[in-house]
Amino acid sequence: MSFLEYAAAPESTAILNLRPSYGLFINGEFVDGNGKPFTTISPATEKGIAEIANADSHDVDLAVAAARRAYDRTWSRISGADRGKYLFRIARLVQERARELAVAESLDNGKPIKESRDVDIPLVAAWFFYYAGWADKLDYAGMGASPRSLGVAAQVIPWNFPLLMLAWKIAPALAAGNTVVLKPAETTPLTALLFAEILQQAELPAGVVNIITGAGDTGQALVNHPDVNKVAFTGSTEVGRAIARSVAGTGKKVTLELGGKAANIVFDDAPIDQAIEGVVNGIFFNQGHVCCAGSRLLVQENIHEEVVERLKQRLSTLRMGDPLDKNTDIGAINSKAQLDRIRELTDIGEAEGGDRWTADCVIPENGFWFAPTIFDNMSPSSRLARDEVFGPVLSVLTFRTPAEAIAKANNTPFGLSAGIWSDKGSKVLAVADQLKAGVIWANTFNRFDPASPFGGYKESGYGREGGRHGLAAYLQSATDSGQAVATTRVAIKKEASK
Amino acid sequence: MSRLAIPKTYKLYIGGKFPRSESGRTYEVVSSKGAFLANAAKASRKDARDAVVAARAAVAGWSGATGYNRGQVLYRIAELLEGRRAQFVEEISATEGVTAAVASAQVDAAIDLWVWYAGWADKYVQVAGNGNPVSGPYFNLSTPEPTGVVAIIAPQTGASLLGLASVVAPAVIVVANESAPLSAISLSEVLATSDVPGGVINILTGSPAEIAPWLASHADVNGLDLAGAEQLEWIDLQIAAADTLKRVLTPVSGIPGASLDRITAFTETKTVWHTKSLI
Repeated sequence: MSFLEYAAAPESTAILNLRPSYGLFINGEFVDGNGKPFTTISPATEKGIAEIANADSHDVDLAVAAARRAYDRTWSRISGADRGKYLFRIARLVQERARELAVAESLDNGKPIKESRDVDIPLVAAWFFYYAGWADKLDYAGMGASPRSLGVAAQVIPWNFPLLMLAWKIAPALAAGNTVVLKPAETTPLTALLFAEILQQAELPAGVVNIITGAGDTGQALVNHPDVNKVAFTGSTEVGRAIARSVAGTGKKVTLELGGKAANIVFDDAPIDQAIEGVVNGIFFNQGHVCCAGSRLLVQENIHEEVVERLKQRLSTLRMGDPLDKNTDIGAINSKAQLDRIRELTDIGEAEGGDRWTADCVIPENGFWFAPTIFDNMSPSSRLARDEVFGPVLSVLTFRTPAEAIAKANNTPFGLSAGIWSDKGSKVLAVADQLKAGVIWANTFNRFDPASPFGGYKESGYGREGGRHGLAAYLQSATDSGQAVATTRVAIKKEASK
Repeated sequence: MSRLAIPKTYKLYIGGKFPRSESGRTYEVVSSKGAFLANAAKASRKDARDAVVAARAAVAGWSGATGYNRGQVLYRIAELLEGRRAQFVEEISATEGVTAAVASAQVDAAIDLWVWYAGWADKYVQVAGNGNPVSGPYFNLSTPEPTGVVAIIAPQTGASLLGLASVVAPAVIVVANESAPLSAISLSEVLATSDVPGGVINILTGSPAEIAPWLASHADVNGLDLAGAEQLEWIDLQIAAADTLKRVLTPVSGIPGASLDRITAFTETKTVWHTKSLI
C-alpha cells in the first residue's frame, strides 16, 4: 500500500443549509432577476448546487439606485464609529459561520477544504476586522484631514478566491463610507449569497451592499452605469483594458487587479528545502488559479537539475481529488472553459519544445481536473512562459547571474508579484529593489494579510488593496478637484453631442 | 549706433541634446501684439518617439540615484534659474504680454516650486510608504517607486514657466505650451547645465493636438499627465492610454498647485515580505 492511499476524510456538507435557488440581493432583500437564471455547479462533480438569478441592465439600475439611496440617506450620514461597528459585526459573523462558508466555497469553487478553511475564510474575517478599525480613523489614512468617500462603488470579482475577493472589495469600501454593488463571478456566486444572509444578520442598513449575479454582460452594465463613482475590478488584463477604456473621461476612480506571470527566483544559496516548498506553494496553491502565482521558476543554472528533480519528487506526493476531503492538496479546476484554456496553452508549450512532466495522478471520472505539470527548459520567448495560464503549470527557466535573473524576471508586460529565494539578505534586498513587481516575497510566497498592500505594476493594473494604501482607493482628499474638472468636461461633451 | 542683437534659434530638447525637428518643420512664435519672435521647432511623431527612447534609457540611472542626490539636482535647477531670471522675465513678458512685474512674480513662483519639489525627493518615500504589521513572522515594508516614463501635456494657458515647473518635477517628456514655448526651451538650457542627466527631462515644442496621441498610445510610456490637455480631445487620449494600462492624470484648470499627489500619482507601491527566522 502506497502512502498516498488513505481513508477518505470528507468534510460534511450537512453544515450547509442551501436554498434551491437564490435571487439578487438588492436593497437588503433577495429579489428575482429579469435575466434567465443559471445553475452553479460543483466543478469536482459537475452536479448542480443551486439555481442563481441573472441580473439584466434593469436589475443593475435597481441595484445602483438602491446603493445611491443608501449612500445619500444613511451610510454617508452615520458616524465612522458606527460604520466600523457594522464591519466588526460582519467579521464576527464570518468567524461564527466559518466552517459553513469554507464548505460552500470548496463545493462551488473546487479548491481543497484545507485551503478554504485555513486560508480563505480566516482572511475574510481578518479583512473585515482590519478595515472596521479604520472607519473612524480616516484622518490618519494619509489623504489629509477629513477625506471624503466617493459614493457608489461598482465591484466585479473573479472566481479564484470568491469570498476573499469580496472581502478585499467590500471591507475598505464600506469603511471609507461608500456603498456597494458587487458582482461575483458566474461560476462562484454561492458564498457571496451566503454573505448576503450574513449582512441581514448584521442588520446592515438596506442598500449599503447589493450583490447581483450574472455573467460578463451584467458586469459590463454595472461598470458602465453612469451613477457609479468608483470601479474596482479583479480579473483578466483583457477585461481590465476594456474597463479602462470605458471609464475614460467619466471621472470614475478605478482600481484594477489584473493578470500576472510572476518569476520565482531561486539562487544557489537558497535554503533549498524551504525553496522547494515555496515553489510548490507558489504555483500549485489553489490549482494555480492565483493572479500572483509564481508561474515562472527562474533557477540558477548550477542547481537546476537538483531543483527540478526535487520538485518532481514533491509533486508526486500531492493528493488530487475531492475538494471536500481534508487530505486533498489539489482540487478541481474551476470550470470547463478554464480547463480548456490550460490544455490549449500546455499543448502550445509542448509544441514549443518544452520538456513536459506531469505528476502521476488518478483523474476522477467526473469534474474538471489537471494534474500538476512542469515544463522544463522553456525559452523566455515561448508563449507558455509569457502568457498567464492560471492553472497548475510551472515553466522552468535558468539564469547564471543576478543581473540575468532580474532581466528575465522583468521581461514581461505584467508586474504583479515575484519571489526571491536566497539566504543572503543583502542580495535579496538588492534584487527586490530591481524587480518591477508590486508584491515581492523573499523566502516565502503567496502570503496575504489585510495590513499589507497588494497590487501590480505595468499591465497587472493599478491601485492597491490592503493596508492603508487600500483605503486610498475608496477616498478622495477634501481638496481634490481633479474629478470635478473631469465630470464637467464630460457634461460639456454630452451637451455638445445632443 | 545701437548694437545689432543676436536672436536665438529655439530647438527641441531630447536626450540632453538640442536637435531641430527631424521633420524640418517650424512654426512662428509671436508676441502678444503679433510681432515675430522666433521660429520654434514643430515636433513630429518621430521626435516624440525619439524622446521616449531617450527617456527610457534614462530611467535606470535617475531612479537609481539617491533621493538626496535627486533633491540636489532639482535644487540646482532653481539655483540656475535664479541666475538667469532676467532672461526669463524678458521672454515671458514678450510672449505672454504681461508686465515685467507679473513676469517676475511668475519666475519667482516657478523657482520656489522647484525648491519645494527638490525637498520632496528624499521624503515622499517615507510619507507615502510604511511598514505593515502583518500577522506572522515577516518583515513587511511598502515603498513607492517611480512608475517609469511619463508623458506630460504642459498647461497651455499663460504662466508658461510656472506651468512647466508644476508638471516637470516627477521626470519625463513634456509637450510645452504651444503659443508660449520660449521659456520651455530656455528652461531646457538650464536643465542641460544643471546636472540633470540627459534624457531625464525631454521637451518638445509644437502642436500638442498632433503629438499627444502618439505619446498616449506609445507602448513604452507608463504614465500620462494630461494637466494641460483640457482643450484637447483628452478623453480619446485617455482611451488610447488604456491599451497599455497607463496611469493617467486628467486635466486641471489652469496651473496645478504644489502637490504631493502629483508625485505619488506616478509611483508604484512595492511591498516586500521577508521571513524572520524563529529563534
